[in-house]
Amino acid sequence: MCLAIPGKVVRWIDSDPLLGVAEVEFGGVTRRCLMACVPEASEGDYVVVHAGVAIAIVDAEEAARVLAELASLPEKVEWLERDEEETQ
Amino acid sequence: MKFLDEYRDPVAARRLLAEIRRAARRPWTLMEVCGGQTHSLLRHGIDVELAGVVDLIHGPGCPVCVSPLESIDFARELSLREGVLLASFGDMLRVPGSRGSLLEARAVGGRVKPVYSPMDAVDLARRNPDLQVVFFAVGFETTTPTTALAVRQAKALGLRNFSLLVAHVRVLPAMEALVESADCRVQGFLAAGHVCAVTGCKEYAPFVERYRLPVVVTGFEPVDLLQGILQCVRLLESGRPEVVNCYRRTARDAGNPTAQRLVGEVFEVCDRPWRGLGMIPRGGLKLRPEFQQFDAEVRFCGATVPAIEDHECHSGAVLAGRIKPKACPSFGTSCTPDRPLGAPMVSSEGACAAYYRYAGANHLSG
Ligand code: SF4
Repeated sequence: MCLAIPGKVVRWIDSDPLLGVAEVEFGGVTRRCLMACVPEASEGDYVVVHAGVAIAIVDAEEAARVLAELASLPEKVEWLERDEEETQ
Repeated sequence: MKFLDEYRDPVAARRLLAEIRRAARRPWTLMEVCGGQTHSLLRHGIDVELAGVVDLIHGPGCPVCVSPLESIDFARELSLREGVLLASFGDMLRVPGSRGSLLEARAVGGRVKPVYSPMDAVDLARRNPDLQVVFFAVGFETTTPTTALAVRQAKALGLRNFSLLVAHVRVLPAMEALVESADCRVQGFLAAGHVCAVTGCKEYAPFVERYRLPVVVTGFEPVDLLQGILQCVRLLESGRPEVVNCYRRTARDAGNPTAQRLVGEVFEVCDRPWRGLGMIPRGGLKLRPEFQQFDAEVRFCGATVPAIEDHECHSGAVLAGRIKPKACPSFGTSCTPDRPLGAPMVSSEGACAAYYRYAGANHLSG
């Protein structure tokens, strides 16, 4: 139930502090989401949406940094190769 | 989808698995608190990949599983009353109560409507002025801002036919209760990233200080989970009980202050019984006195018939991480998703359902 998925803010529709709504796109599908918890979100930002309510703005810089860290992990590891042989 | 697919990359996952095996010089026992994480771990076979390296025990973070039996019974009873419509997240409908589930209530004439969001329940109230709409408000801190928003909207709209049956719970007090129990084996926690997106990571600092156990804030995709596990193993290996945030793209140290303010205006902390775990001090939220007109327990007289728990179901031990689902004698035999004895077999976040679905349980039982 804590399932929440990231979507892109396409267009603000209403910026009311309580009833604020924006169109948010999830992999091609657009839905209206409540924006009261992320009033500072801009069009083009990604927000994490839970039960129709955006609860956080995705920090794209942090995301890029983590992916870069991942890419720097060693690629070839002994057990990994062995594992792959076993499954072949 | 962006910010999702990158974290399902099998190559990155393999690298992380290798790093974890390298980092762990002895086996460690970690608990992932959230049931969504349990399902992701099992679906991607991470528990099997790490067998003998990291034992993952599954926490109580399944809102549907821990919602009190009394509340389910009361919800069922309300749905059968004249002029009442009970709106609930769909997951809740099949959870067995003492006298049947909400779905069974619907079969005998109960008015039960699954909704995707509490806001849909507000909408139902607006469109059905002749009905009393009761929303069954379950969930952790991820969900409470959503419910708080619904209450504020209902108030702004002046709705007199909308109320909440509140069973909201707070995850940190439950973690404290688990650690306090004598037989707790947990050496480190993976904290639920979406709860922290709202509450912030900083609220774990006193917990870490007190119990000297590392807490790593972790996301839900396989790569997120493996990063969280790796970080936790590194903290354990170097003897550093700290809070580390591995879900920085979504969870900030301070969380979401706007959401916290919204929740604080509508709800206050209370003691609450968790199904399977018993009374958790400060383990729940209730409506503030200013919003009591939206409290279904005030509006309708509460249930008086005592709730009866099924004794064949070991959900308490499962939710506390004392046993894994397959150790329950009913698992896969008298308890299946089609005929569940307990909530963990029903919910999309329940550990028993995860094992049944992903761990080939149906073969074992046959
Ligand atoms: S397998 Fe079924 S009976 Fe056993 S603990 Fe899980 S839900 Fe309860």
